[in-house]
Amino acid sequence: MKDRLTKWRLLSVFAVLALVLSGCGEPFLSTLKPAGAVAKQQYDLMILSTIIMVLVIAVVTVIFVLAITRFRRKKGEENKIPKQVEGSHLLEIIWTVIPIILLLILAVPTVAATFEQANVKEMDKKPNKDGVRDALVVNVRANLYWWEFEYPDYKVITSQELVVPTDQKVYFNLISSDVKHSFWIPAAGGKMDTNTDNVNKFWLEFDGAKAQEANNLFYGKCAELCGPSHALMDFKVETKSQDDFKKWLSAMQSAKAASPTDTAAAQGQKLFEQNCLSCHAVSPDDARPEQARLAPNLATFGERSRVAGILDHNEEELKNWIRDPEKYKPGNKMSGTYKQLNEQELDQLAAYLMSLKVEEQ
Amino acid sequence: MSTIAQKRGFASTIWDYLTTVDHKKIAILYLIAGGIFFLMGGIEAMMIRAQLAVPNNDFVSAGLYNELLTMHGTTMIFLAAMPLLLGFMNAVMPLQIGARDVAFPFVNALGFWLFFFGGLFLNLSWFLGGAPDAGWTSYASLSLASEGHGIDFYALGLQISGFGTLMGGINFLVTIINMRAPGMTYMRMPLFTWTTFVASALILFAFPPLTASIFMLSFDRMFGANFFNVAAGGNTIIWEHFFWIFGHPEVYILILPAFGIFSEIFSTFSRKRLFGYSSMVFATVLIGFLGFMVWAHHMFTVGLGPVANAIFAVATMAIAVPTGIKIFNWLLTIWGGSIKFTVPMLYAVAFIPSFVAGGVTGIMQAVAPADYQYHDTYFIVAHFHYVIVGGVVFALLAGVHFYWPKMFGTMLSEKIGKFTFVFFFIGFHLTFFIQHFLGLMGMPRRVWTFLPGQGLDAGNLISSIGAAFMAIGVILLLLNVVITSVKNERVGNDPWEDGRTLEWAIPSPPPFYNFKQLPLVRGLDAYWLEKMEGKTTLTPAEPIGDIHMPNGSFTPFVISLGLFIAAFGAMYHVDDKAWAIPVLIGGLAITFGAMAYRSIKDDHGFHIHKEDLMDDDNEDKGVKA
Repeated sequence: MKDRLTKWRLLSVFAVLALVLSGCGEPFLSTLKPAGAVAKQQYDLMILSTIIMVLVIAVVTVIFVLAITRFRRKKGEENKIPKQVEGSHLLEIIWTVIPIILLLILAVPTVAATFEQANVKEMDKKPNKDGVRDALVVNVRANLYWWEFEYPDYKVITSQELVVPTDQKVYFNLISSDVKHSFWIPAAGGKMDTNTDNVNKFWLEFDGAKAQEANNLFYGKCAELCGPSHALMDFKVETKSQDDFKKWLSAMQSAKAASPTDTAAAQGQKLFEQNCLSCHAVSPDDARPEQARLAPNLATFGERSRVAGILDHNEEELKNWIRDPEKYKPGNKMSGTYKQLNEQELDQLAAYLMSLKVEEQ
Repeated sequence: MSTIAQKRGFASTIWDYLTTVDHKKIAILYLIAGGIFFLMGGIEAMMIRAQLAVPNNDFVSAGLYNELLTMHGTTMIFLAAMPLLLGFMNAVMPLQIGARDVAFPFVNALGFWLFFFGGLFLNLSWFLGGAPDAGWTSYASLSLASEGHGIDFYALGLQISGFGTLMGGINFLVTIINMRAPGMTYMRMPLFTWTTFVASALILFAFPPLTASIFMLSFDRMFGANFFNVAAGGNTIIWEHFFWIFGHPEVYILILPAFGIFSEIFSTFSRKRLFGYSSMVFATVLIGFLGFMVWAHHMFTVGLGPVANAIFAVATMAIAVPTGIKIFNWLLTIWGGSIKFTVPMLYAVAFIPSFVAGGVTGIMQAVAPADYQYHDTYFIVAHFHYVIVGGVVFALLAGVHFYWPKMFGTMLSEKIGKFTFVFFFIGFHLTFFIQHFLGLMGMPRRVWTFLPGQGLDAGNLISSIGAAFMAIGVILLLLNVVITSVKNERVGNDPWEDGRTLEWAIPSPPPFYNFKQLPLVRGLDAYWLEKMEGKTTLTPAEPIGDIHMPNGSFTPFVISLGLFIAAFGAMYHVDDKAWAIPVLIGGLAITFGAMAYRSIKDDHGFHIHKEDLMDDDNEDKGVKA
């Protein structure tokens, strides 16, 4: 029995090694490939705690293996009665004090990092005369299966794809408009819940060099069970250099509602106005209150990397999505809110949506 | 047992179990009901792993998946692990302290039937429009938004079964305080009794917050209250606090009795008294106490602020100290012993590395900023399965093998048991070890499916294969039970030969009055002490005399049935069904009527006469031989 056990343990050690060698996940998604100050600090804490814990495991394993191998009841010992030991004060003190010391080593950086990562004082500093703060603030609003990102100081709203500058702190206001969700960009740092009750605040930073390794596109996830399509409530984070980000912001600010030249797209625009516009806005400066913003802002739709956060970004998938959203995101709020469209209408609508661009106009 | 218990027909056996107030029979009821729920939870788990075996799978739909994950968690915690542990407490604890029964046999039966009807109600949701789908935590914003009656089934079912658990806890507390045999001081109690005691105290303090919050949830959903409705001034975070003020101690309600079972097994099969007994007791009490101080570590990402997060982080780390004390005491118990690798001992030995692995990831999560990454990912799923399966389920499987002869008078096959162990042990590590990495690689928990191209495919497949191994282990265990029951080879008082505590001094299964004469306890491991002095029986503390026993009663069943019926009324009242309110009132009338009947009608029980006990003596000897 014992031999078999040791063999299995060896096997699992090899399995772990294989896993380590095969990498620690994808750079755009994994917490083990930290791509920013917050994620890095959290990663360092993981490593510190892992080292301490492996130390503990090693000690326990050595005693454990020695005990179960040395003190087996052997043949001829059926009647042996071992010495009945009550305990040992010295040992008790040792294995009480050493863990306390180890925990103190872990507790100090934990407390320090907790306070550092919760420091959002910059957000509350006075804005300049244009109403712009030094700190970049993004309001995140989570909805049943989509995300809205608002840059309040710049009066810009976008959805599904968060755009952030690299190498500077980005501050977030988080709230949910229906049920509780949780905002998580694993490679950039830990998550924070979007409550229905209150606004949560935290910050993240995106490292420019690491972002390039991830092709400037990180995956974001909803991490709190929120309904049938919780698993599909993905968003993307596009990182830009600080200059490019400024350009993007001003492009967003000056973006005009698209007026397609193509006839199919023009037809699509009409369809859109009849069926979709009451929920979906098509310009980044949506002045309506957030309660009225019932669906993702589509101003940058043509530039996105995914349809509905999950499907490949092409006209075919877009038409599939519009044909039957329920099939791809069960429980979404879009199904059944617009008239049934025929194939020609779908083509026109898709052409229009794909023409919605801000940067490449 | 000549005059009192005769061979019975099937129907009368059923009736006997429906009306029993005997702690040993109630233990068997808990074992059967808990076992069935365990299998259901297991099937749900297998469906979850089948769905997640490959990316973009459509084995189950998104809505059904959420129902499965909710019911898997709820069933395993409330309807499988806890009742099975309550079963062992019922079976063993009164014997360990030398008592003839628990303090309130009637309440004991009531506790079981409430649990049973609550669990039945919850599971009927599968057939009546859909199971709950907001996770076992049932966070308020989602549970209020959830359509259909799933969450109502959750709230009402858990409310009813929660009453049962609370009664069980109080009953055990009173029993341990009042009914210990002469000489059984607190510091001579076996560790399983101690952990039962502390776990019962935790039940006493942890269940009321759950009861209160589930009442609020029920009223929000069924009667238009606004406790958790933000638009009407309610607050959803308060649900999370309530739930975890219950939920964290709940973890210790599960793990402490598991520790108790392992403590018994370690010392029995090492032939050594438990190393550092008093520090083990101290550690148990301390874990129980600290268990109430750490609930917010489940809520690090809620936005409580750095002060709360830091305090709860450090408090959580503190729990590692008493838990470490326990681990080292177990190691030193087997150190220098004479270890016999029986099936229970295999589980106990496997428990140490498995549980330590689960424990250290717990400490890693106490590091609040790092937990912002772990929280709600598969890392958490891996962690709590390591402690609950590697700790509690291993203890349950060990306990089944260890106490089976005491409960049923026949031994489970050691050979099949070893196969069960191998499959379950390998399957367990295969399933859950890899999940740590899935979580770190960015996989949130409670996801119905995952998209390809995220580096998560291989890990999930391995995990699903592991689950199949565990299933094979469980099937082998069932086979073992069937084969053993058919063979039915009777065993004597102390089938493991190294029994140390009082329960091994009496026949297997014990006579319904347990001890003919209450034993005199002269130290820790009372039976071992007698054996070492060459005796085979305990020193009696009293002469043989009449024994006062309670009568069986059908009333607990009826009280519970009434609440079961009333719950349907409360639930369908929302749909404006005309019959709903009458059913609610009718059900409550049955419950209160049965309670009134119980209060008004005197039942003094009966006496077993001295002469009958003398007769029994001869038969017992026959069993022993």
